[in-house]
Amino acid sequence: MSGPEFPMPKALSDPERAREVHRSPLQRHRTERLFRYLCVSVAASSVVLLLAFLIAIFSQGIETLTVTFLKNPPSPDTSEAGFHPAIMGSVWLLILVAAMTLPLGVATAVSLEEFKPRSRALRRILSFVQINITNLAGVPSVVYGIVGLTAFVSMFQFFGHEGSPAFESGVKYFDQFYNEADRVLLIPASGPDAPLTIATEGMEAWTPAGESVRVHVIDADGEWPEDEDLAARTLRDYDSPGRINERTWYYFRIPFGRGVLAGALTLVLVILPMMIIAAQEALRAVPNSLRDAALGLGATRWQVVRYVTLPAALPGIMTGAILAMSRAIGEAAPLLMIAGIVFISNPPGNIMDDFTAMPLQIYNWAQRPQLDFHQLAASGIIVLLVVLLVFNGIAVLIRQKYSRPLS
Amino acid sequence: MSGVQDGAPISPTKLVADQGRFRSRRLQRIRESGVLGTLIGSTTISVLVTLSILLVLGTETLHFFQQDEVTPKEFFLGTTWSPLLGAEKHFGIWPLVCGTFLVAAIALLFAVPTGLITAIYLSEYAHPKVRAIIKPALEILAGIPTVVYGFFALIFVTPGLKFLNEGFGSYNALAAGIAVGILTMPIICSLSEDALRSVPQSLRDGVYGLGGTQFEAATKVVFPAALSGIISSILLAAARAVGETMVVALAAGSTPKLTMDVREEIQTMTGFMVQMALGDVSNYGVEYFSMYAVGATLFVTTFVLTLIGAIIRKKYREVYE
Repeated sequence: MSGPEFPMPKALSDPERAREVHRSPLQRHRTERLFRYLCVSVAASSVVLLLAFLIAIFSQGIETLTVTFLKNPPSPDTSEAGFHPAIMGSVWLLILVAAMTLPLGVATAVSLEEFKPRSRALRRILSFVQINITNLAGVPSVVYGIVGLTAFVSMFQFFGHEGSPAFESGVKYFDQFYNEADRVLLIPASGPDAPLTIATEGMEAWTPAGESVRVHVIDADGEWPEDEDLAARTLRDYDSPGRINERTWYYFRIPFGRGVLAGALTLVLVILPMMIIAAQEALRAVPNSLRDAALGLGATRWQVVRYVTLPAALPGIMTGAILAMSRAIGEAAPLLMIAGIVFISNPPGNIMDDFTAMPLQIYNWAQRPQLDFHQLAASGIIVLLVVLLVFNGIAVLIRQKYSRPLS
Repeated sequence: MSGVQDGAPISPTKLVADQGRFRSRRLQRIRESGVLGTLIGSTTISVLVTLSILLVLGTETLHFFQQDEVTPKEFFLGTTWSPLLGAEKHFGIWPLVCGTFLVAAIALLFAVPTGLITAIYLSEYAHPKVRAIIKPALEILAGIPTVVYGFFALIFVTPGLKFLNEGFGSYNALAAGIAVGILTMPIICSLSEDALRSVPQSLRDGVYGLGGTQFEAATKVVFPAALSGIISSILLAAARAVGETMVVALAAGSTPKLTMDVREEIQTMTGFMVQMALGDVSNYGVEYFSMYAVGATLFVTTFVLTLIGAIIRKKYREVYE
């Protein structure tokens, strides 16, 4: 034989493997066919599973999914119970989360992708930041929940506790008196911890209608006045008030407590890595020729970003943002750590109000043993899934409408 | 160019006027550095998030170990976790770790074979039309909130298991594990599919040229070539299964146990954290801090899993040209 001599292939020298290689073509094609059947059946089962899943939940929940369900607050009476505060809570969260995540995520992505430094040390730092973001995406959301509990709800205990915050604005405290004629008198108090007011003659007070009146005080065995106007502002000297507060829509406090803002900030932590990565991918998809052209025309780096890269990457960024938001809507674990399961009958009125959200209310109903509540949970799930479907639909539309080749 | 072709040439004055509001170089430079400052500021936030996670978990876990009832030895070696019941409290992490890994193992036993087979099917066999059905279905499965899977496990899977075997409790590890498996399957599938697709066509063609079947190409050439990506996808899914909260909070129960019996009620690390968040535990007692110690353990576990995944992907990736 001329030419180089090849050693015998290992597969043939090893008797075990040789048998495998020498299997008849018939056998090998049978394996091929069997594997293909296996593949098809496994892959089909995921579609079947999804359908079974949706059908099961719809059949449970469609019956109780009524207008009452959408308009009412939750209630122990299952025929009256509704989802309204939860829906509104999710809307509040969504607005706050979007307002914080979008600018932050896009800015971070831009600085990682568009402002690549030349010096080696800075590059090191940026690649560290990149690894850091990837790792943040893998942290379980419940861990963000307990971090938020310390960092936002109680703020490391630096600013007092939730009952008496260190800083408050947009709230008025009143001492509320009920007199014998069942009229209410309100006397402003300086703060939540101020000593309760003791009624004195001639003190200024407010009626619930907002009228200013002077308090008339009589002692325990004094005669109750006949005159109705006077009776309305008369108190016994032993009457003691209750402390109430009136919060405006711009109420704010530090520490944040278990309010909507703390929940939203925690959700921002959860979805920020996802948002950054999505925005980075969108920016990376913009061809370099566009940047080079702009730079060649004398544009500064910011002008390139502002007028070329960002507009070109916008559809991709929007798609990523919508997917991140739909993650935020469905996320229950971190909110559970922040808000807990409390009975909420009103939608939040300010960013510090206690709240509930759709996944929290679903959890609340699902963990109860009664079957009626399970039906309510299924109805809640239908609402949640419809919202998510709409979100994803919008994302797909954006992707289809604006995805045009850029190079 | 299109402007010129349309017969409407852009006037030079317009170009100059559009160049930007700040014509002066100095102002432009100030603006550039202002922008850069904002961007650097936003980037540092992501680093601050990491630091605050470490800070919170670190200090609160330290608080936990400073309590009288707790010793590090008991925490890392103890086999009883009973922070709430009885006069004598025990803080041994192993029952929670055991529960966590039991659920994660069941989930992976379900998710790895189905996820990988689906990935091979999608990348090697599936007709584009079939792909157009299966891919969105998997995306929807991945997008369904976890609390919904928890509901599914509790309301549909558990009664089914009880029907098959009377030994199953109303809360059990298997139902939770199956639901977590359904939830992690799309992760394994889509990441593995990406890895399989990145193997160049020439390798498959080589197998066909030698007379190999499609099955042989997929299992003997493409799969080993993509192995690093596949393993890292499995590790990522494992991290996700370990950190999964709502499913186990709803379906796995709340009894920490050292057991391998999937029919029994167990508790995972995440399940314990939810239980603490819901209960009226007096703030700043030992139970409250135990939540952070468990959280720190969970964080370290998932971090190690993602880290190994990243290393494997980087180190053992086979690059073809």
